Amino acid sequence: MSAAESLITIAGLAAITIVTRSFFLFSGRELVLPERVKRGLRYAPLAALTAVVAPEILMTQGHLIDTWKDARIYAALAAAAWFFWRRGILGTILSGMAVLLALKFCLGW
Amino acid sequence: MVKGGLSVPLALLMTLTVFAGSAQLAALPLMTAHAPIWVVWATAFCVNLRFVVFSAQWRPFFLRFPLAQRVAFGYFSGDLTYVLFMRRHQEPRPGSGQMEYFAGATAINWLSWQLPSVAGILLVDAIPAHWGLGFAGVLALLGLALSLLSDRATALAATVAGAAAIAAFALPFKLNIVVAIAAAVCIGLMVDGGGDAGRRGRDTLLRLLQRRQGQAAGGAGEAA
Repeated sequence: MSAAESLITIAGLAAITIVTRSFFLFSGRELVLPERVKRGLRYAPLAALTAVVAPEILMTQGHLIDTWKDARIYAALAAAAWFFWRRGILGTILSGMAVLLALKFCLGW
Repeated sequence: MVKGGLSVPLALLMTLTVFAGSAQLAALPLMTAHAPIWVVWATAFCVNLRFVVFSAQWRPFFLRFPLAQRVAFGYFSGDLTYVLFMRRHQEPRPGSGQMEYFAGATAINWLSWQLPSVAGILLVDAIPAHWGLGFAGVLALLGLALSLLSDRATALAATVAGAAAIAAFALPFKLNIVVAIAAAVCIGLMVDGGGDAGRRGRDTLLRLLQRRQGQAAGGAGEAA
């Protein structure tokens, strides 16, 4: 991509960020969501986050991983364990990264 | 970003304006692969769809502010701000320090995202990519997802979403995320659905099956 193209792309991405983040904030009028939609919305953010995270942990180059020697699995497990123990995001990141780096450097996974 | 072929000023501009980490992660490989611009945009839009849902839930809290302020609030509200805020505040109560909480959380979130981003862009050659430090972002999102688990219905919805996202991974534009959201919302509504949604779903399936069998029998009759 040329610099000009990159610039246009980045401007568009910034606009997309604003539009999606503020989607339901543009209109100032009352907006009543049906009960069913409200209940459904309870699951959407969780689903979106899981959908972003799961392939990052369990897939390599578009395929489900087929080995147990993948540092990411154990890093994610350690992070999840920390989260349920302490409920802190920072500790979750640090414990996961500790396991990831240990496995990568000590065992070469 | 710089490794992906962007110049340092452009990378800085991107991280400062496109305040959305997951969208950046999705868009960069496409930009370096010279994908058409609209493909990059479509992908980023799909990845950002979760913020559309978040914004619906921010609405009652922000509605009393003028448009420009609402949009600014929306722009600066990231995943972490959303999860922390919604866990603490269930309904809007003006004057109870909610907006102060939002401002503080947002400022910390913004700084702790932007400072390492800028450092990363400037130090790109000092840290080898194979260390996998990028995984820290995934772990942060993992922690956020876990903090949204509240009961069996949400746990089931999350499992379904993860499986669907992997199964549909080959779809273009990260549409697997959209598929996963749709699947999880359906499952969630079915299991928690006011007690009898599961039964209703089963009834519908049985009715369809009977009709199918009826048609098959009718068809066989005509053939004979």
